[in-house]
Amino acid sequence: MTEARHAIETVFRIERVRLIGSLARLVRDLDQAEELAQDALVAALAEWPERGIPERPGAWLLATARRRAIDGFRRRRMLARRHAEIGWDLRLAGEAGPEGIEAALDDDLGDERLGLIFAACHPLLPPEARVALTLRLIGGLTVDEIARAFLATEAAIAQRIVRAKRLLGRAGIRYEVPRGAEREERLPSVLEVIYLIFNESYAASAGEDLIRPALCAEARRLGRILSGLLPDEPEVCGLLALMELQASRLAARTAPDGAPVPLTEQNRARWDRLLIRRGLAALERAEALGGADGPYALQAALAACHARAARAEETDWRRIAALYDRLRESMPSPVVELNRAIAHSMAFGPEAGLALLEGIERTPALRAYAPLRAAKGDFLFRAGRLAEARIWFDEAADLSRNAREKAFLRKRAADCCG
Amino acid sequence: MRVMVLVKATKDSEAGLMPSTELLEAMGKFNEELVKAGIMLAGDGLKPSSRGKRVAFDGPARTVIDGPFAETHELVAGFWIWDVKDMDEAVEWVRRCPNPMPGPSEIEIRPLYEMADFAEALTPELADLHDRTRQQSAGR
Repeated sequence: MTEARHAIETVFRIERVRLIGSLARLVRDLDQAEELAQDALVAALAEWPERGIPERPGAWLLATARRRAIDGFRRRRMLARRHAEIGWDLRLAGEAGPEGIEAALDDDLGDERLGLIFAACHPLLPPEARVALTLRLIGGLTVDEIARAFLATEAAIAQRIVRAKRLLGRAGIRYEVPRGAEREERLPSVLEVIYLIFNESYAASAGEDLIRPALCAEARRLGRILSGLLPDEPEVCGLLALMELQASRLAARTAPDGAPVPLTEQNRARWDRLLIRRGLAALERAEALGGADGPYALQAALAACHARAARAEETDWRRIAALYDRLRESMPSPVVELNRAIAHSMAFGPEAGLALLEGIERTPALRAYAPLRAAKGDFLFRAGRLAEARIWFDEAADLSRNAREKAFLRKRAADCCG
Repeated sequence: MRVMVLVKATKDSEAGLMPSTELLEAMGKFNEELVKAGIMLAGDGLKPSSRGKRVAFDGPARTVIDGPFAETHELVAGFWIWDVKDMDEAVEWVRRCPNPMPGPSEIEIRPLYEMADFAEALTPELADLHDRTRQQSAGR
């Protein structure tokens, strides 16, 4: 009995997003859609153990939930009629009655999962609400899991999700897949949410909490789902490529004691070849679709330069420098400028790096930024200007808030006296 | 978690019998669903074992054996690598797979070792070896 229950719950987990996506289109309300889906699960748990799992369980669940939705409409319409008799507004029943439902299902609204993803990542929601709603609705994470991942309280996350749903409801979102110009406008928000989720887990140090790797896996799963549903969007391929390539280094980027291992010192034998292959293939696709200069594709191309180098010394720094020259056009930011300077120093020598730093070191965002000072220290060190290098390493150490990094920078400062 | 999904060989696959148009179509649809669900990482079909070779190990000795190999039901005719949340999900997806063979057939699901599996086996000595390798590669 419990085994049957288990199997049914697994089916439901697989069908959930599709089911909620379809139902949201019918009832235009996420809470109600989730409730109807849950009711369908309860019905399945009552019927399937005896009759067996239907051949098309997803269709069964949807049909069951739809019947309940229509019953609900009828009840409410009757209620509304009675209310109308006593002077209530008939429009309370909503514009989409049972007939509307049938009509809506015949329309080509695009994949229901995709419609739900676009709704959860709607630009009218604040970014942190998009992230929470996407993880809850599409990822199926519990509120508690999301709270742990973002070091927030359960109440705060629950509140965020409630507000987001309310906002979508008020805006009259239709849960369709946007097309044409509207898609172009809304797709970046979807990509941003997925990459935020990925970075949240990837940037944190390992072993902190078990939820982090799960979050990283979820982001990649979302990226794969999106690229499966929108295979011709170059930036979707670019984002997927970026995540697969970065994730390929997960096993090598931390030492057994938890210390981060810099890219050039990682044991490349531990890089995940399957993910590299997938990342390179996705990048190739992004480029073939004409998206080589998209911000995600460019960042993926950068990651690919490292992935292609069997040893750190074989890294194609000239290509990396050229890619940063392009990235600063499509994604201007002080951090990109800094990384560009580092790449140029590796490709053309420390003086080239120093020359580029000169143009950016007074940028307000970088003035108190430890990595900038560390980079300058490194360029000076490599140029043989040790006394100056030492000052910059020490200043970087003062600014750093990470104990390991601080120690590393102090050591580099001390090496300047050697 | 990652799983390898192994399509076991049958007399037909070992004979090099190509799948019917209907099966190709059904399999294509199934693969598309896997991609849209975000679980498909890789997959391919294998040619019959008559095209394969084995290398047998016995201490220092190596012997090359040409196919075909006799124990048909132990052979593999194709594989996928999926990224699923758990074994239950993998089982449910395999249930949905069209029968890959004209006759009765079997599909096996095997979880891959993951980083976390090695974390417990990573002895201080191994960790030390790892560190030394790292220093060497850094010092090159």
